[in-house]
Amino acid sequence: MQQAVALSGSPATRRSSPGDAIFAGIARASGILVLLLLGSLILSLFIGGLPAFRQFGASFLWSTTWDPVKEVFGAGVSVYGTVMTSILAMVLAVPLAFGIAFYLTELAPNWLRRPVGTAVELLAAVPSIIYGMWGFFVIVPIMSQYVEPVLIDTFDGIPVLEDMFAGPPFGTGIFTAALVLTVMVVPFIAATMRDVFETVPPVFKESAYGVGCTTWEVMRSIVIPYTRVSVVGGIMLGFGRALGETMAVTFVIGNSDHINASLFSSGNTIASIVALEFPESGTGSLKLASLLALGFILFVISFIVLAISRTLLRPKLKV
Amino acid sequence: MKIALTALAVSLAGFTVAAEAQQITGAGSSFAAPIYGKWGEASSSATGLQLNYQAVGSGAGINQINNRTVDFGASDMPVAADKLAEHKEMQFPSVIGGVDVIINLPGIKSNEIKLTGPILADIYLGTITKWNDKAIAEINPGVKLPSTAIATVHRADGSGTTFVFTDYLSMQSPEWKSKVGASTSVSWPVGAGAKGSDGVAATVRQIPGGIGYDESAYAEQNHLTTTMMRNFDGKFVAPTMPAFAAAAANADWSKVKNFAIDLNDQPGAASWPIESATFVLLPTDPKDEKQSASVKKFFDWGFTHGNDIATSLLYIPLPAKIQDEIRAAWKAVPGGM
Repeated sequence: MQQAVALSGSPATRRSSPGDAIFAGIARASGILVLLLLGSLILSLFIGGLPAFRQFGASFLWSTTWDPVKEVFGAGVSVYGTVMTSILAMVLAVPLAFGIAFYLTELAPNWLRRPVGTAVELLAAVPSIIYGMWGFFVIVPIMSQYVEPVLIDTFDGIPVLEDMFAGPPFGTGIFTAALVLTVMVVPFIAATMRDVFETVPPVFKESAYGVGCTTWEVMRSIVIPYTRVSVVGGIMLGFGRALGETMAVTFVIGNSDHINASLFSSGNTIASIVALEFPESGTGSLKLASLLALGFILFVISFIVLAISRTLLRPKLKV
Repeated sequence: MKIALTALAVSLAGFTVAAEAQQITGAGSSFAAPIYGKWGEASSSATGLQLNYQAVGSGAGINQINNRTVDFGASDMPVAADKLAEHKEMQFPSVIGGVDVIINLPGIKSNEIKLTGPILADIYLGTITKWNDKAIAEINPGVKLPSTAIATVHRADGSGTTFVFTDYLSMQSPEWKSKVGASTSVSWPVGAGAKGSDGVAATVRQIPGGIGYDESAYAEQNHLTTTMMRNFDGKFVAPTMPAFAAAAANADWSKVKNFAIDLNDQPGAASWPIESATFVLLPTDPKDEKQSASVKKFFDWGFTHGNDIATSLLYIPLPAKIQDEIRAAWKAVPGGM
């Protein structure tokens, strides 16, 4: 007891050894290094992309032209593709992930929770190139032969829906990319949701059950309100991953430079166009500058998403 | 830094293996990678050279030779004369390859369908959208064309094959030339992009009504369904080795500078219309003359002994006369052979 008190005394009273100073220095340097890395990354992307911003001005952000021959570049198509595939993936992934988490924490028998939970975590560990190949050789043929023709015929003649599901059934495109992204982000969101659902103090739930609530009512009125902020944070993390996904999307999105109302049409994303065009861009060319500028824009989009999730998470962390 | 490391590695290699194996490094065209690789293996015992070739793509290859991080660069697209002068480089072709048009129409066999340049351009412009279009039906009497929609597929990654193909379309269609143009990657009016030769082939195979283009060697090895094309003389030819060789032989090499010849749409009844040479870039002010001498020795071996290897890999060797002209042009590069 005496010893413990002595150890927890103020550090100033103890002679500091050089080892402590070195350790503190290294720790501080590591922390600063992260800031420096991030800063230099943003800065080099911005400086690299500066010629493109200077040449095309602010219209670079929404211009939908990407013409390597005439050297006219715009980020519109890629930004649209990036945001559209990610949002679509979220629309599909969030209910699915919620279902998984709900089942695992409330409904599943104990012997099943571990295998399903592990399977979800394993899905998160699969490299994205594997998802790309699986998407291209399995999902794309299924989409082009079965799903897309049926959907196109079904919605033919219905306003709006007719335009959203139109075009030749390539199998590749925005919709297929969103599907593959869904499979990739579900494990992240589901795992986060499961973890935070488990943080709800049992006494809250037991009280609710005590006054006669059903499982769904407990979920809706106790668990969700208690964990709402963290759940949104988890969704935002999944969103961030979907935004930056490269290889899997490149395989299945169709890679064209046009925006089309149809979800089955080909498009591209910032990450996919950078991956595809980078090897053929000459040093100092406007194309390379435009690709770096795209990288900067993706950085900004990801930063916005992260900032939103941080602000949503903050109150929870303070509790 | 990279140069210093390479130099160090080379000098270390020199010390350990003694004068037995000298390493030369090259980077660029993935189209030419198989032939350089095979030439490298086959020649090392005769020349004592070890080739380290990175198939990073033509654009990256040009970047690397401009920065002098490799001994030679390789590009599928000839480099313009002013760029060559600016970076103090000379270029020469090494081998020739054809580009095939591949299709997927159930029930249609290879080379059963005939196409022309203008029709192909209209298909890729999106003005011809059905396989039973009048223009296609007219030149294919006796073939039962389905009403399937045409799904065009192109290379999504920057590629020398795309340059050859779009350059051909630009020659054939003024509309294509003004609207799209020719480059290693272009703004495609319609269709889907796929990554790599294998991606284009797989996408075409998956979509009934699909059409795409691939290097002839790739198309041949994978037994893709090809089409006949109308050549400069108005004859329909199938993509075969003799047809590729005919185009190379009939081309007028004397008029071009820096060997920057365009082999698309060459005259001759048997000539295949879509093909191109792949090029090598050498610095005319090499840091180490011994290295550029070794590169010349390597390609000299390729021209003298490597023609059969090229043919077996479905490349077309350069005409002997051109190979001699290239040897003469090497005098611009310091470093004896």
